[in-house]
Amino acid sequence: MNKFDEDIITALATPNGEGAIAVIRVSGKECFNQIDKIFKGKIPLSEAKKNTIHYGKIIYKNEIIDDVLVSIFHSPNSYTGEDSVEISTHGNPLIVQKIIEILLKQNIRLAEPGEFTKRAFLNGKFDLTQAEAVADIIQSRNDSALKGARNQLNGLLSAQINNIKNSLIEIISLLELELDFAEEDLLFISRNEIITKIEKIIRTFEVLISSYKFGRILRDGVNVAIVGKPNVGKSSLLNYFVKENRAIVSEIPGTTRDVIIEEVNIEGVLFKFYDTAGFRESEDEIEILGVQKSEKTILQADFVLLIHDVEQELDLNFYNKIISLIEENRVLLVQNKIDKTIKKLKENEIGISAKTGEGIEKLFKVLLERIGQTKIYTENSLIINNIRHLEILTKAKNYLTNAVKSIEENQSQEFISIEIRYTLEMLDEIIGVVTTDEILNNIFNKFCIGK
Amino acid sequence: MNNFDIIVAGGGHAGIEASVSAARMGLKVALITMDKNGLGRLSCNPAIGGSAKGHLVHEIDALGGVMGILADNSGIQFRTLNKSKGPAIWAARSQNDRKIYTLEAIDYLSKIENLEIIEDIVTEAIEENKQIVGVITKKGNHFVTKSLIIAAGTFLNGVMYTGLTPSIGGRFKEEAAVGLTESLVKMGFVSGRLKTGTPPRLHKDSINYSILEEQPGDENPLPFSFKTNKSKFPFLPQLSCYLTYTNEEVHRILETGFDFSPMFRGLIDGVGPRYCPSIEDKIVRFNDKLKHQLFIEPEGLDSIEMYLNGFSSSLPAEIQLKAMKKIKGLENVEMLRPGYAVEYDFFPPYQIDLNYETKLIKGLYFAGQINGTSGYEEAAGQGLLAGINAAAKILGMPELILKRSEAYLGVLIDDLVGKSTDEPYRMFTSRAEHRLLLRQDNAMERLSKYGYKYGLITKEELNQIEEKYSLIHKTIFSLNKLKIKPNQINNLLETKNLSILDNSETASKLIKRPELTISDVLSSFPNNEKKFSEIIDKPEILEKIEIEIKYEGYIQKQQELVEKLDKIENVQIPHDFDYSIIKGFSTEARQKLTKIKPRTLGQATRISGVTPSDISVLFVYLKS
Repeated sequence: MNKFDEDIITALATPNGEGAIAVIRVSGKECFNQIDKIFKGKIPLSEAKKNTIHYGKIIYKNEIIDDVLVSIFHSPNSYTGEDSVEISTHGNPLIVQKIIEILLKQNIRLAEPGEFTKRAFLNGKFDLTQAEAVADIIQSRNDSALKGARNQLNGLLSAQINNIKNSLIEIISLLELELDFAEEDLLFISRNEIITKIEKIIRTFEVLISSYKFGRILRDGVNVAIVGKPNVGKSSLLNYFVKENRAIVSEIPGTTRDVIIEEVNIEGVLFKFYDTAGFRESEDEIEILGVQKSEKTILQADFVLLIHDVEQELDLNFYNKIISLIEENRVLLVQNKIDKTIKKLKENEIGISAKTGEGIEKLFKVLLERIGQTKIYTENSLIINNIRHLEILTKAKNYLTNAVKSIEENQSQEFISIEIRYTLEMLDEIIGVVTTDEILNNIFNKFCIGK
Repeated sequence: MNNFDIIVAGGGHAGIEASVSAARMGLKVALITMDKNGLGRLSCNPAIGGSAKGHLVHEIDALGGVMGILADNSGIQFRTLNKSKGPAIWAARSQNDRKIYTLEAIDYLSKIENLEIIEDIVTEAIEENKQIVGVITKKGNHFVTKSLIIAAGTFLNGVMYTGLTPSIGGRFKEEAAVGLTESLVKMGFVSGRLKTGTPPRLHKDSINYSILEEQPGDENPLPFSFKTNKSKFPFLPQLSCYLTYTNEEVHRILETGFDFSPMFRGLIDGVGPRYCPSIEDKIVRFNDKLKHQLFIEPEGLDSIEMYLNGFSSSLPAEIQLKAMKKIKGLENVEMLRPGYAVEYDFFPPYQIDLNYETKLIKGLYFAGQINGTSGYEEAAGQGLLAGINAAAKILGMPELILKRSEAYLGVLIDDLVGKSTDEPYRMFTSRAEHRLLLRQDNAMERLSKYGYKYGLITKEELNQIEEKYSLIHKTIFSLNKLKIKPNQINNLLETKNLSILDNSETASKLIKRPELTISDVLSSFPNNEKKFSEIIDKPEILEKIEIEIKYEGYIQKQQELVEKLDKIENVQIPHDFDYSIIKGFSTEARQKLTKIKPRTLGQATRISGVTPSDISVLFVYLKS
C-alpha cells in the first residue's frame, strides 16, 4: 500500500509552451512546508491565513528563479481535497522547468496523468461519472460540449440512473416477494403494471441512447470524409477549409496517401474533415494501403462528401461502392470545379468551387442542417457523450426488452427478475458500483498530467 | 480424558453437523448436550426443506453432511414445492416423524468414531491470549480443547411466553443455558435478543378432516440424500397434510388478546422473523388480508399431535383456543399445548468471519441460531461449515469458504457477516443473485468435490457422482449434434398441435421448445432409444439434462455475469486495512467497514450503508 496521503505531487497545470503565465500545481498533506523552503514572501505560507494569495520569489541556492503569485488552499477546500498550492510563474518553459526541477528536490514527485483528479475522487469530491465529466470538460472543444459535460459533472446522470434503479428495484422486490411466498401463489404487482413501468424506462434509455450521437458530435466533432476519384479536388477543398496549405496537392494522381485531418469550427460546431486517398484501382502497394485506410475512414464517418468533377460523367460503380460502406442519406454528392464549367446545376444539387470558394457557404449550411436534426436537445437535457455509457445503456435496454418478452410469454417470476437484475448490474457500471480495471483506466487515462 | 481437539456445545442441527464433520475428519470431538435423548430435535415444525431450504439440505448432503439422510429415514411425506415455477425454484420438502428423526440422529452419531457425547451444559468458555483453551460445565467439569463451536440454538438465556406468563427455558419442558452468554460478553462480544415462536399442537382426533382440502405427498417421492437407497424409498408409511384458512372472525377474537400479548406489551424486546411471523403479527401487518393460509400437519406416525403451521402465537392459551374453534375443520378442536414464543440471546454475526471463527477469539466458532438465523436447515449448514473449518485449521488444511455464485451456503455466510441483520435470518431464493445456477439438481456437481477434499465423501461416492454428471454432459453433447428428420417427429408435433418441421432440426433445439419434454423427443423414434439406453429409464437424469438444455441461455448468461463480477469479488482487502486514511468514505461506510473487515471488495459491496461511491473510492485506492 502506498502512503499517498503523505505523498506530495506536482505538475504543470497550464499548456506547455510560452504564455503570459504558467500555473504549477502542488498537492499533498502539508505541502506548504515544502514550498516555504524555496518561496520567500512576506510571511511563510505555513503561517498564512487559509485560502489566500501571496506574492513572493522562488529562490533556490541563493538564486532568484522568478517572481511568482502563490495561491494556497487548505484541505478540504481544494480541487484535490488535500492541502494544495498553485504557483503562477511567468510563462516561460525554461522557468517552469526549473521550478519543477527544484520542487522535485523538496520531497515532491511528479504527478501521473489524472492523479490530481484521482485524489479528488478518493477524497470524496465527486463520484465516478463526475470524474469522467471532468475529463470531458477539459477536452470540450466548444460551448455546447462543455454544457453537456457540466450537466454530468453536476451529477445529473447519476441522479437519473439512480431514479431508474429505484424504480426497477421496486418491481424486482415485489416479484421476489411473490417467489418467497410461492406456495401461497400471491400476486403483489400486476404484470401489466410491470410492463408499463418497464416500457417507460426503455423509452428513457432510448432518448439517452439517441442523444449519444449528438453528444459525441458535441464532444468530438462531426467526422466528415472527403471522398472522390483522383484529381477531383479533394485536397484543394480541404485546403480551402483551413485556408493554409497543409495537405499536399499535386497534379500527379495518388499523392495523398495517408488520411489528413483538419478541424474547422462552423457556427460553434466542430467539423473534422478527413481527406482520403483517391479511390482508384492501383498496383502501388503503399497506395493500396492508403485506399484501405480510406474505406476505414468512410466506415467511421458521420458524413461523406463525395467530390465529383462536374465536367465528368458520374461513375456509378464508384458511387455504389461508397453507398455500400455508408447509408446513402449520409452521402452528399458535391459537384466541384463549377468555376470551370458552363453546365447548369439542378436545384437540389450542391455545386462548389474549391478554388474560388463559390458554393461552400451553401455546403456548410446543408451540413449544419443535417446534424441539426437532433434539435430536441436543449442545454439542460442530459446527453450521453461517452461510448462506455452508450454501450451499457444499449445492453440495459436489451435486457429490459427481454423482461417484457418474458412477461408476455407468461414466464415464472425468476426469469423476469433475472433480466431486471442484469439491467441493474449494467446501471451499476455507470455509477461505479461495478468498477473494473478497464473502467478505471478508461476514466483516469483520459487525463493528461496536471489534471 | 478431558482433552479434546474440538468441543461442540449443543446437540441440535448445527451441533450434529459440526461434531460429525470434525470427527470424520479425524479429530477428537466432544458433543456436549443437555439431553442425550434429544439430539436433532425438531423443536418447531417436524418438517425439513421447503422453498430455498430444500436447496440447503441438498447442498449439505452434497458436502457429506447428515441432515438429508436423517430426513429421508424419518420422512412421512415428501413433496417438491413450486413445480409451477422454473427449476431453480423447485424445492424439496419432507414432513417428518419427530421421534424417529431424533432416534435416527442418536443412532447415526453413536456410530461415528472419535465422537464422544457428553450430557452436560457449557457454562463458560476459557481463553488465553485470545485463543480458546477450554470450557467449564454446569456439572463442574473442566475440559481442555483447541476449538469450541457454540451451537446453542435458542437456549442461551431462553425465556418462553404464553400470554403474560414467562418461564425460563429454551424449549417446552427444557431448561435454558445460563452463564455462557455472560462469559462471552466478558470476552468482549456483543449480544442481542431475538424471538421466535411456535404454534399450538392439536389432538389429531379432534379435527374434521372430511371438510378440509387434503394435501398428499408426491406420487413418486424423491429423497434428499444421494446416499439413500431409492429402491426401498420411502421407508415409512406416508401421511397427508390438510389445508385450512383463518377468517375475519378468527382475527377479531385474536385481537381481543393483544393486550395480553408479551410482544405488544413490550415484555419481549427480541425482534421476530419478518417472514415467518406470528399470527398476531400477520393480522397487524397485512391487515387488508381477510384470511391466512394454515397447514395442519402430522407430527409423527403414532403421535396424537397435529401441528397448526401458520398459527404461531404467544397470546394467552384461552384466546388461542377460542379463535381456533372458528377455523374451518377445527370447530371441536382439542388443544394439547398452546403456542408460545421464545426469546433468546444471539450474537450479531458481524463478529464472525467467513469461516465461522469469531474475529475476537481464535478457535471459537459460532453456528446456528446463535448467529441470528432461523430454521433447521440454516443451522445445519452453518454447523457443517463451522465443523469443517475448525477441523481444517487444526489439521493445517485450507479453509472452506463457498462463494455466493457457488452455493446457498455461500450466500448464507456472506449475508450473515456483511448484513448482520437484526431480525432472524432465513434463506430465500431471492437472496441468491445467481440462483439459476444454484439448483437442487446440480448441488452435487457444485459441491461434492469439496466434500471429498475434506474427507466427508468417499472416493467411491465421488466417482459415482462424477460418472453421473459426465453421462449427463456426454448426452447433452450428442443431443446438440443429433439431427431429427421431419418424418421422425412431425406426427408427435401434430398431435400436440405444434408447428411441424420442414427441415431436420437438432434434438436439443426441439427439447428447448416449451411444449416438448426430453422424453417426447427421445421416444419419437425407436432407433435413438437404444442410443440413449443408459439414461432412458432414469427420470432423475433425464430431468437434469432437460433443465440444462431448456435453460441453457439463462445458465450461460448467468455464468458470464459471475465471471464479470469475480473481477471485483477477487480484489483482496488486506487484513486490518485502515479505513480512516481515506477521506472519501462516508462516516457510515467507514464505521461499517472497520467493524465487518470484509476480506474482498466484493464482500464490501454488499455491506448495507456502503454506497457505490464508497466502493469505487476503495477500489481506486486498492489499485493505486
